[in-house]
Amino acid sequence: MNNDLSLHAQFAKVWDNLPGWGQLAAVNHTSISRRFMLTGTVFFIIGGVLAMLIRSQLALPDQQLISPALYAQLFTMHGTVMMFLFAIPILEGAAMYLIPKMIGTRDLVFPRLSALGYYCYLFGGMIIMASLFLGVAPDSGWFMYTPLSSAEFSAGPGSDFWLLGITFVEISAVSAGVELTVSILRTRAPGMSLSKMPIFCWYILAMALMIVFGFPPLILASILLELERAAGMPFFDPSAGGDPILWQHLFWLFGHPEVYIIFLPAAGIVSTIIPVFAGRPLVGYRWIVLAIITMGFVSFGLWVHHMFTVGIPQLAQAFFSLASMLVAIPTAIQIFAWIATLWTGRVRFELPMLWMFGFLFIFVCGGLTGVMLALVPFDWQVHDTHFVVAHFHYVLIGGMLFPLIGGLYYWLPHLSGRMPSMHMGKWAFWLIFIGFNATFLMMHLTGLLGMPRRVVTYEAGLGWDWLNMLSSFGSFIMASGFGMLILDVVLHFRYGQKAPFNPWQADTLEWATGTPPTSYNFLSLPTVSTRHPLWDKPDLQATIRDGAEGLKSIGHGRRELYGTEAVTAQLREVIHLPTHSWLPLISALFLAALCISLLSRAYAIALGVAVLATVSLFRWGWVNGAHKVIAPLTEQEHQRDEPPLHSRTMNGPGLWGMVVTLLSDGSLYLSLLFGWLYLWTVAPGGKVPDVSSISISMMMLSGVFLTIAVFVYRRMVRSLRVGSANNLPSKLICVFSFGGLHLLTLIYVVVTSDLAITDNAHDATLFVMLMFLLFHSSIAVVTSGLQTLRAHKGYISQLLPYEPAVFSPFWLFTLAIFWLSFGSFLILPLVW
Amino acid sequence: MFKQAVKLASPAVAISLLGCNGHYSILDPAGPNAQKVMWLWWGMFIVASIVLLGVCAVWWYAMKKPHKDYTAKEVRGLTNRLVIVGGIGLPVVCIAALLGFGIPAGHSMLPWPNEQTIKINVHAKQWLWEVSYPAHRIQLQDKVILPAGIPVDIQVTSEDVIHSFWVPRLGGKIDAIPGRTNVLRLQGDKPGVYGGQCAEYCGFAHAKMKFEVTVLPEQEFTQWLAAQQREK
Repeated sequence: MNNDLSLHAQFAKVWDNLPGWGQLAAVNHTSISRRFMLTGTVFFIIGGVLAMLIRSQLALPDQQLISPALYAQLFTMHGTVMMFLFAIPILEGAAMYLIPKMIGTRDLVFPRLSALGYYCYLFGGMIIMASLFLGVAPDSGWFMYTPLSSAEFSAGPGSDFWLLGITFVEISAVSAGVELTVSILRTRAPGMSLSKMPIFCWYILAMALMIVFGFPPLILASILLELERAAGMPFFDPSAGGDPILWQHLFWLFGHPEVYIIFLPAAGIVSTIIPVFAGRPLVGYRWIVLAIITMGFVSFGLWVHHMFTVGIPQLAQAFFSLASMLVAIPTAIQIFAWIATLWTGRVRFELPMLWMFGFLFIFVCGGLTGVMLALVPFDWQVHDTHFVVAHFHYVLIGGMLFPLIGGLYYWLPHLSGRMPSMHMGKWAFWLIFIGFNATFLMMHLTGLLGMPRRVVTYEAGLGWDWLNMLSSFGSFIMASGFGMLILDVVLHFRYGQKAPFNPWQADTLEWATGTPPTSYNFLSLPTVSTRHPLWDKPDLQATIRDGAEGLKSIGHGRRELYGTEAVTAQLREVIHLPTHSWLPLISALFLAALCISLLSRAYAIALGVAVLATVSLFRWGWVNGAHKVIAPLTEQEHQRDEPPLHSRTMNGPGLWGMVVTLLSDGSLYLSLLFGWLYLWTVAPGGKVPDVSSISISMMMLSGVFLTIAVFVYRRMVRSLRVGSANNLPSKLICVFSFGGLHLLTLIYVVVTSDLAITDNAHDATLFVMLMFLLFHSSIAVVTSGLQTLRAHKGYISQLLPYEPAVFSPFWLFTLAIFWLSFGSFLILPLVW
Repeated sequence: MFKQAVKLASPAVAISLLGCNGHYSILDPAGPNAQKVMWLWWGMFIVASIVLLGVCAVWWYAMKKPHKDYTAKEVRGLTNRLVIVGGIGLPVVCIAALLGFGIPAGHSMLPWPNEQTIKINVHAKQWLWEVSYPAHRIQLQDKVILPAGIPVDIQVTSEDVIHSFWVPRLGGKIDAIPGRTNVLRLQGDKPGVYGGQCAEYCGFAHAKMKFEVTVLPEQEFTQWLAAQQREK
């Protein structure tokens, strides 16, 4: 026993956060995800207060409680806060909290990235909120349709707050997407093959990949609109060859998958809770996995259903209409699989199940009105009315918030070690359920009677009066329910009964971490042989705690976990993680300063902090691999009975992280390519000039240098793979030199081009493409330079071939986008 | 067929009794397009209500029914039946029916080439509607006059930001987008005055960006056209 305690103490010494202010340097997933969820709750309360103000203004006809200008800020900020600062971050937080515990590991695979993501979210959220307190909040609606959001029609800084702030917050979403994907694929407990993975992980994997692909179109759109506002590049101005509809395409290309990004984790909660309370395994696991994957793909093919009234060709409308309706199939498959689980189980009706039923009613209702809206002629009538407002609140509150609260009650014992009580929880449920339906059920009718959304007030006598009064009344009941819910949760932390081990008799590993969990989750890492480890091995928690499972050595002082094969989960390597670090906070602070200086149009300062941010990020990259504070080469590491450390291999999490990041990057590039082709072929004033304003021959020369650099780099990686590190530094210098020549030629091309970037959208788009290439080439060249230094320092060698392998895909990506751009942006218009 | 129609119409009657046949009500159509959408709505409403209540009832029953032990084979059979019938069959049938009614309805509302139509230009700007009859050189503001029973093509453009032209009792809406001309086919059957409004948020006075559509009997419309031109 004494021995065990000391083992625990040793683990705690390595894994616990620093005390006091040192908490700010924490990278541990449990700490970071709690901060995500707590911050998300604060933003939820703020968003809720905004909603209450909206409903107060609409309670009576012809009210003048709130001015039209303030009202526009309120509804814009309500949508923005709820979507970007509440729904996505809180679900990411929940996923970051649960995923490592569910897959039987100790932390997420890029802990410093978790911390960076959190700080970007926090600072970005604070910047956006600041606009509200300064009275200059964005006021063009949460989807920021241009030209209303453009410099001409929104002269103040409101739109800039939205575009820059949200892009900043999205860093956190995308980094969480990358991190969750790689964690799920590469750090599952040995034996937990994909088909034995808890169903929740499938949902989160789908969500994470959808974030990776779905957010870049919006990031690109925000960059373009900000460039238009700040530098006068006319991407969306029809008089200069741009098109405001391009914004809508890019926005909804993100915006629709976003709805499923929010729904999938919530559905994952439902799929986790229902089998536990039915006391049997989830029925139709394979059906559900199939449904999740289908949903992920289909959700990228229906963005145009938000745009049926912009005058899209009829055939396209029919296609997007059908695709939108087809989403009903994977949704219905899940609902009927849940019903089958309940049907064949022995159901215990606990508090979370009440929320599950509320979810079912509200979400099915929202889904059905969604199918109606997919029908084009019906959409032409109710689009942009309160019918749509009612519909998406049914989908989002029913499909996301109700499961989330059910999940909150379900995992409360895990967070606090105490049980929730049924009494107040029941009251909160009924207040919220009744209040919600009172607010939104009859709002469908308000829309059918013709009330458009986003009107600051309305005349009496149109039949809308009593409906609006009812909605406002209901919203206050709902708000009181949320008040009671928050009170219940807060009180439970103090007065709740102590939770026994695995209080709901669940099957998944997170309940084996101890409640509340230790900083390292598992003292020893279990091997899994079934989909329900805790049902099949009831003493698993004890054997984990007693150190009878894997990877229990800690004397080396590293944070370690197992890396496994993506599909089969066979043990491959030991992944060592960085410990607490100030670099994420410092980098996020510089990025926040960058955001603020861009907002205040202080471009000299912006340049300065951008350099500082870059330096701190490269410093972060430097403290990695075999660096002396991370995992220097030692003799002992070969003597222990574990697989090799990942930084001694060529296929570790870094490579996976790189590839997933490049998928996201590729999505951004494809969005740009889409924008280019769209402006050329679809935009009303779209055309390309007869002669290229860019020197084709110099571009080709630049491309040749790049091709040589990439060729040498790839050959070097290939020989490392077979164990040869001959002339490593000189090969890296060769790559660096050719890369540098490529970069210099590219800069020459940009400087000597006569692009009229403020006169026409075509040249502006070309300019963005060139900047995109420059950005990637610069990173590639600087990193290769740094790798030369690392080879000198001995961080890259025959025994340490890791880093060149990680960076190799980046060079390949840089090469691919270069020639693709050359072909499609420069050559295609000439040969057309 | 008649009985069915009466049954379908009864909610509509109930709604009008509640005093909801408003100036902007989709449920109180005055033209063929709006009428078709109203029927689509009531059809969808009834089917959707049945599906919603049915799914909730099955869920509730599954949760509350007395427990029974099932063999693995029975569970598999039950799952496949539920998932295939409920998860695939139900949505496929509903979607097929919906498209069967919806596609022809939508098709018939499009501005197909038609000699008979009258063309009217509507130019939206913050925050008013400039209406002109190009063939007759008539200009109006926030007012549209239409002949009853004759299809009209409204050619919608915008001066500044995106607006949306919408007369709920006559038919669907179309966006007014800078740089583009969108065409909306409308037809009013019953003479009367109908409310129109901007449906896309377009700035602070969005809520006040309204207009009126007057549908005149064909003869009166011709007289009105003549009178307008005489005034010139």
